[in-house]
Amino acid sequence: MADQNTGTEASAPLPTVIADDVHIVYRVYGGNTGRGSATAALNRIVKRKPGAGVREVHAVKGVSFTAYRGQAIGLIGSNGSGKSTLLKAVAGLLPTERGKIYTDGQPSLLGVNAAMMNDLTGEKNVMLGGLAMGMSREQIRERYQDIVDFSGINEKGDFITLPMRTYSSGMAARLRFSIAAAKDHDVLMIDEALATGDRSFQKRSEERIRELRKEAGTVFLVSHNNRSIRDTCDRVLWLERGELLMDGPTDEVVRAYERETAR
Amino acid sequence: MSIVSETTHDSAVAMSAPPSPDDGLPAAELARKYGLAVSGARPSLPEYARQLWDRRHFIIAFSRAKMTAQYSQAKLGQVWQVATPLLNATVYFLIFGLLMQQGKDMGIRNYIPFLVTGIFVFTFTQSSAMAGVRSIAGNLGLVRALHFPRAALPISFALQQLQQLLLSICVLFVFLLGFGHMPALSWVLIVPVLVLQFLFNTGLAMVLARMGSKTPDLAQLLPFLTRTWMYASGVMYSLSTALEKTHAPKWVADLLAANPAAVYIDLMRWALIDDRSHIHLPPHVWVLAVGWALVVGVGGFVYFWKAEEKYGRG
Repeated sequence: MADQNTGTEASAPLPTVIADDVHIVYRVYGGNTGRGSATAALNRIVKRKPGAGVREVHAVKGVSFTAYRGQAIGLIGSNGSGKSTLLKAVAGLLPTERGKIYTDGQPSLLGVNAAMMNDLTGEKNVMLGGLAMGMSREQIRERYQDIVDFSGINEKGDFITLPMRTYSSGMAARLRFSIAAAKDHDVLMIDEALATGDRSFQKRSEERIRELRKEAGTVFLVSHNNRSIRDTCDRVLWLERGELLMDGPTDEVVRAYERETAR
Repeated sequence: MSIVSETTHDSAVAMSAPPSPDDGLPAAELARKYGLAVSGARPSLPEYARQLWDRRHFIIAFSRAKMTAQYSQAKLGQVWQVATPLLNATVYFLIFGLLMQQGKDMGIRNYIPFLVTGIFVFTFTQSSAMAGVRSIAGNLGLVRALHFPRAALPISFALQQLQQLLLSICVLFVFLLGFGHMPALSWVLIVPVLVLQFLFNTGLAMVLARMGSKTPDLAQLLPFLTRTWMYASGVMYSLSTALEKTHAPKWVADLLAANPAAVYIDLMRWALIDDRSHIHLPPHVWVLAVGWALVVGVGGFVYFWKAEEKYGRG
């Protein structure tokens, strides 16, 4: 990890993501209080009011942190504590209600699965997913074999030329991660992706995350698997009910979190 | 509330702990010092156009993939890309040609190419509009997971329809030759017409994409609007002949003939059918064709860009 200090400014670590008192509020339509009738809907449209059907969910409440180059940061906390929401805001996919998020380059959320089509072959999906992430066609062609080898799809026969709907869920997840990890990201955010796949694939994924960090990037990892956090992250943010409860070295925070959840 | 630990730890060398000249610097200044930008801000229009250009391979790959995936579950597969427009034309021929005898004054030799051209060209605009209105609302997963200029989606869907039309045009050529309309130099004119109509369709798809992302209900309403538009554009009959019969005022006829769908349909017919006595082009037809393409194409792009940072939220 000392390699990041070989940069020009050895004393000051380079910040890649700065979150400054971030608040995120979701507005949920249709989570209404029973007035779902047609007349009520018409009434709302005529009055141009959001109406009683809109509920606000304050998902993240005043979170501040600064992430530096070369860090792998784990996000832990119980379900619904705002981890995924925070990552989406860092990726610029959700607006902040108050506060600002500054980023170096374009952070990417590991989400190529959205661009992939089940009716297409794995081969075509590698191309499509890569292009969707903003890779060039040459880059994808160059790394195509690495992606396929990394995913291990072809270990049990020529599966990459079959439509993705024939894959098992584990195979599909492996291919997705392989495509996403093929790009060099400045800031990569991974949301519970390592839970799928067999043990040997998880090992390879963790290895790849460490590599990405070495390539002077920052990695965020959301996981409920404390071991995978311990194996890959050097810093952990603990979120609870949208608030940042703790921010520190992995061992310390995970131990405190385990003490809390054991009770 | 945050508890930042100062404990040194082997695996935490890269922690924020080491003192640096940046300590105590407000977030905004720290961001400026290292050239960090606010996440999720809307780029300027030229920058947006440049980003879009960088994603051109994605746009093409996405439209091709949608095209391939469309009929992948059907046994006949890609044959449906040609069979669907063919069946469409047959249905309209049965109703308007045989049952209602719309084409008896222009003769079957002219009526069938006249009808088929009208249907294919109008379907191009209609399905671009339908795909456009759902392009954001129907792909929220993609919009919420990945970063790319959102205009890539409506453009991609319009491009998919263009590919569909090019296949339909092959069918149309067969019809034309079958009814003895020999290839002429004027056939070359379909290229500029298609380019202009594609521009118009893309702009329309972008306008509808923004509206549909805010009000998904529009997708329910749109089929009725496009059907009205179809009957008002003279797809199955000659607009001017039909209006003469009803003694409608001249300005109504002019207005209908100047509507973009009618302009592109009539230009295409004029280019392809050798007997032009039943095709009445409005005055300044090329000005209209270019005008509609530029106004809707460019206007739609700007209108779409204005809400770029809002797509897929809330």
